[in-house]
Amino acid sequence: MKLQQLSLFSENKPGHMIAPCRLLARAGIDIRALSLADTQRFGILRMIVSDWQRAKRLLEEAGAAVKVTEVVAVEVPDRPGGLAGVLDLFEGSSINIEYMYAFPFLRGERAVLIFRFDQPDAAIEVLQAGGINVVGSGALDEK
Amino acid sequence: MRGRADAGPAGACVDSHGGSPQRERSMIPAKTISRAAFHPMSAPDFVPAELLRELQLSRLRGVVTRAWERVPLYRSRMDEHHLRPDDVRSLDDIARLPFTVKADLRDTYPFGLFASPMEEIVRLHASSGTTGKPIVVAYTQQDLDVWTSVMVRSFAICGLHHGDIIQNAYGYGLFTGGLGAHYGAEGLGATVIPISGGNTDRQIMVMRDFGVTAVCCTPSYFLHMAERAAQLGVDLRALPLRVGVFGAEPWTGAMRSRIESLSGIQAFDIYGLSEIIGPGVAIECPCQDGLHIFEDHFYPEIVDPDTGAVLGEGAEGELVLTTLSKQAMPIIRYRTRDITALMSGACPCGRSLRRMKRISRRSDDMLIIRGVNVFPSQVESALLDVEGTLPHYQIILTRAYGLDQMEVQVEVTSETFSDKIGALEQLHDTIADAVEHVLGLRVEVTLVEPRAIQRSEGKAKRVIDRRLQP
Repeated sequence: MKLQQLSLFSENKPGHMIAPCRLLARAGIDIRALSLADTQRFGILRMIVSDWQRAKRLLEEAGAAVKVTEVVAVEVPDRPGGLAGVLDLFEGSSINIEYMYAFPFLRGERAVLIFRFDQPDAAIEVLQAGGINVVGSGALDEK
Repeated sequence: MRGRADAGPAGACVDSHGGSPQRERSMIPAKTISRAAFHPMSAPDFVPAELLRELQLSRLRGVVTRAWERVPLYRSRMDEHHLRPDDVRSLDDIARLPFTVKADLRDTYPFGLFASPMEEIVRLHASSGTTGKPIVVAYTQQDLDVWTSVMVRSFAICGLHHGDIIQNAYGYGLFTGGLGAHYGAEGLGATVIPISGGNTDRQIMVMRDFGVTAVCCTPSYFLHMAERAAQLGVDLRALPLRVGVFGAEPWTGAMRSRIESLSGIQAFDIYGLSEIIGPGVAIECPCQDGLHIFEDHFYPEIVDPDTGAVLGEGAEGELVLTTLSKQAMPIIRYRTRDITALMSGACPCGRSLRRMKRISRRSDDMLIIRGVNVFPSQVESALLDVEGTLPHYQIILTRAYGLDQMEVQVEVTSETFSDKIGALEQLHDTIADAVEHVLGLRVEVTLVEPRAIQRSEGKAKRVIDRRLQP
């Protein structure tokens, strides 16, 4: 199961993250997961939201450059070795992880890892064959 | 032969300079020019106007004939206007000849306007064009001798002579500034330090340790040197340095005051362009009231930039220059795009050469960045090459440490934006490389958010120039 992640271009300057966040807040759209990748020159704000189509439309109407990327979310136990157990599955395979970010849950003993694979469908097969729980966006709501 | 400041013709206005309003405003008086030089080569500066006009007409007829006989572009242009060289019977007839524009030099790249065979051409220089290809200019030995002579006369007007030590911080190379000033200074009999541009601390060390009396560079670079010298605890006012010959970019009276008060030198504005010869087309005398044009070699006209009509003395318009003695590359009625006016009345210095006002602005959108000619259209063509469509962009010019800084801000679009950092870095680098390729100048490129660049209602404001802001 693949999730739609929105990516936004952001200048690496104070105050540049707040505008999109405010816009989504006003529209009642929940940001379920978020990561900021940055260089000295610019940043990329990546997020998984409750209603990505509406969020994309609103952000684009506000002038943002938005890309939709398919990512894969998996659930792992929140304990040492949780991530390593997932990465082990890809050792020796031709599947490349382009980037990832992780969310521990406040309650419970699970963490959710979000991966951007170069071959998401092949990666899902590997994950499921390895007994890893690939989750839908609903799983992110239980935080 | 050398005249005294208070006696020789070259020094007639030195005293009046000492009392100019600009000088009174600055706290530190400039070092006085003790000896104004009269160099034998300076004789044509004082030729009576009637003789000068006769010389100009005979040279004009010669250069038009040469261009018509040897350069297909000039012949076809004149044919279109049913003109032959012998139609030039008076100086006023020059107005009947077609103009030459920068695009003509670009379109005939590299050698299409040469009027001499390569065996007779002893030097090539090049300056940036508008499309990434440079504009090539050529010189015969006689052309180089003329160039040297006008540079000798330029230095002499500034009061320099043999015995002076001239630090030449113009860039050496394809740019005409470095070698033009070099040969002029040698021709004068001065001692030349061919230090070229850059390495400011070494410039200051040389200036102090070698007893330098004059510096040639862009005014902004000298200002940077003066500021850096102050940081290093070197007091330029205490050095023998007394003259600066500054050109290759427009500068203001305020900048001159700043330079003169910081360093105690007298700062002279020199004008020139590669298409005509390089530096040495015109220069200020110590009166600092307009630039004397070496009109025995370069014939000036002022035209209406829109209609091309010749304007009278005193009227502001576009400077048009004709080379009167060039062999390798005669240039007839070149539209310089520089806006100025020919000044009426005799100059107190006694020179009969007409003066033009300092260049205030240009009639096109050309920018001069660290002496390099830059057109916004060049940046546009680079962006088009990279992205396929033209993104919103803006050029921002600032000055840091006396050096021009150019930043190109480019809006990221939904098409060019990538979710991957590496792809965006690559987009940035590809744009920076493309811009550098077309300008011959490394500039800063910044990717900005969509709509970050302010939209204007009419023509897009592509250039924000903050260089002359205090």
